[in-house]
Amino acid sequence: MTELAALFVLVALTLGAASLAAHLIRNRVGPTAFVENLTQRIDAWWVMCIVLGVAFALGPGATILLFAFLSFAVLREFLTLTRRSRADHYALIFAFFVALPVQYLAIWQDWYGFFTVFIPVWTFMILPTLSVLRGQTEGFLTRMAETQWALMVSVFCVSHVPALLFLDIPGFDKSGVLLVAFLVIVVQGSDVLQYIWGKMLGRTKVAPRTSPSKTWEGLIGGTLSAALLGAALFWLTPFPPLTAGLLAFVCAIVGFFGGLVLSAVKRDRGVKDWGTTIEGHGGFLDRLDGVVFAALIFFHLLRFFWVTNPETFNIVF
Amino acid sequence: MAIDIRSSLGRIAQTAAGAVLTGIAHAVAAPRVVRLCPPLGATPRIYIANHTSNADTVLIWACLSRRERRRVRPVAAADYWLKSPLRRFIGKGVFNAVLIERNPEDRTQDPVAQMTAAIDAGFSLILFPEGRRNEGEVPLLPLKSGIYHLARSRPDLEIVPVWIENLNGVLPRGEVIPVPLICTLTFGPPISPDLRGAEGEKARFLAGLAERMLALSPAGHDRSTPAVGDPPAPADPQGGAQP
Repeated sequence: MTELAALFVLVALTLGAASLAAHLIRNRVGPTAFVENLTQRIDAWWVMCIVLGVAFALGPGATILLFAFLSFAVLREFLTLTRRSRADHYALIFAFFVALPVQYLAIWQDWYGFFTVFIPVWTFMILPTLSVLRGQTEGFLTRMAETQWALMVSVFCVSHVPALLFLDIPGFDKSGVLLVAFLVIVVQGSDVLQYIWGKMLGRTKVAPRTSPSKTWEGLIGGTLSAALLGAALFWLTPFPPLTAGLLAFVCAIVGFFGGLVLSAVKRDRGVKDWGTTIEGHGGFLDRLDGVVFAALIFFHLLRFFWVTNPETFNIVF
Repeated sequence: MAIDIRSSLGRIAQTAAGAVLTGIAHAVAAPRVVRLCPPLGATPRIYIANHTSNADTVLIWACLSRRERRRVRPVAAADYWLKSPLRRFIGKGVFNAVLIERNPEDRTQDPVAQMTAAIDAGFSLILFPEGRRNEGEVPLLPLKSGIYHLARSRPDLEIVPVWIENLNGVLPRGEVIPVPLICTLTFGPPISPDLRGAEGEKARFLAGLAERMLALSPAGHDRSTPAVGDPPAPADPQGGAQP
């Protein structure tokens, strides 16, 4: 696991540099609200990286458990904001105490044929069945659709991050943990890079009504730098730098739109953040919003091109 | 000696049960606490909260500091908390609740007198002034007059309005398994009611308190955008009480 050790050193150096930069800015301009928020965010990054790092070092079991916990935290934030009625109590209990554990058990068992259909097929039928028996029809479609959405985003999508652990890419003999690390670093890195590019050059807003802080300059600069970051981290993947960079670019774009979609959900429900747990960042879903969409696409791109159809596409890459 | 050991064992059991209940409340309801009031000082307080769930008392209690918990007694229904030995242990032993008799006909003690006695002994109170659990669609039931009589007899009290949001979603009436959603507890700014010589102002006083409570609810911060399915807000809830 020399790759993982090298990654820890690189991440620690990056965060160290960020903490130092924030300290220097504070000395220059004093403790303004911006500097305080920046410091809070960097401190939270330290905690998040240490928690992820420990889980990665402990292996697949710990990594799956960590993401199961993150799913729980995200599901809790999501379902707190969705419309529901007392008649949905059993449906909600099912979501938390059956759907979530079953999905992660299937991930742990590497049971692809089940974990890809359990929530879109089985849960899709079970949730409304549990609620319809209680006879409360007012807002039924809205309630069911929002609960299903909560499960898709919080459990189905998030569980595709640890699903990368067992992706059997021919010729890749390193740990699947590295692919998880690649995805998380590229998407989160893209988020930070978009923020930095946006602060420096940002003028033209992408979707002013949905997310006033997202600009075209930030988006283009951020995703292109994320592609470079991905290319530089090719040694975590089975691919040469160009392919790794291309995949990183796709993940960054998808991550951007994931963030935008979930911002629209927040606007709809009239909140600024999903929660208050992570200081400076908001809730768990505020930090994971890009990852949820990117994980799904990254997993299926890898699986389609390199696991199920490698002969068809190995000429291209 | 035997009695001493017994009572200290009892105290250990009460402390342990208190810690377990606090832990469960935090794990299940993940309360987000918004504090717009200073910590409990020398002036006794009455925390008045909306009542939508059986777990309201536990949640407020769990969100107070350990120091505050020793000095705060919830006001609760005697028939509920004396029903079984476990409830009696939690109600009397852990919460040190002021247990009042709900049915006026069978009463042996006056609830307001019981509460005043607790205040005079230096305790603060948690009170649900609606008098019963709100299971309807309106956000708050009309307040009972007990809080008015209390504020009149002890004019230097502080009243702290509290709003509990979403706990009835966690554990609706009649359900056993809670859904772990996030609750929000807002402790509003203290009110110092000076009711000396304010005879006959009961309706206005109670309406004012209700308004201070409702102002802490999410609908209260954001009346311009009512959620889908919410009844339209009345134009002026105070209107009827104005002379």
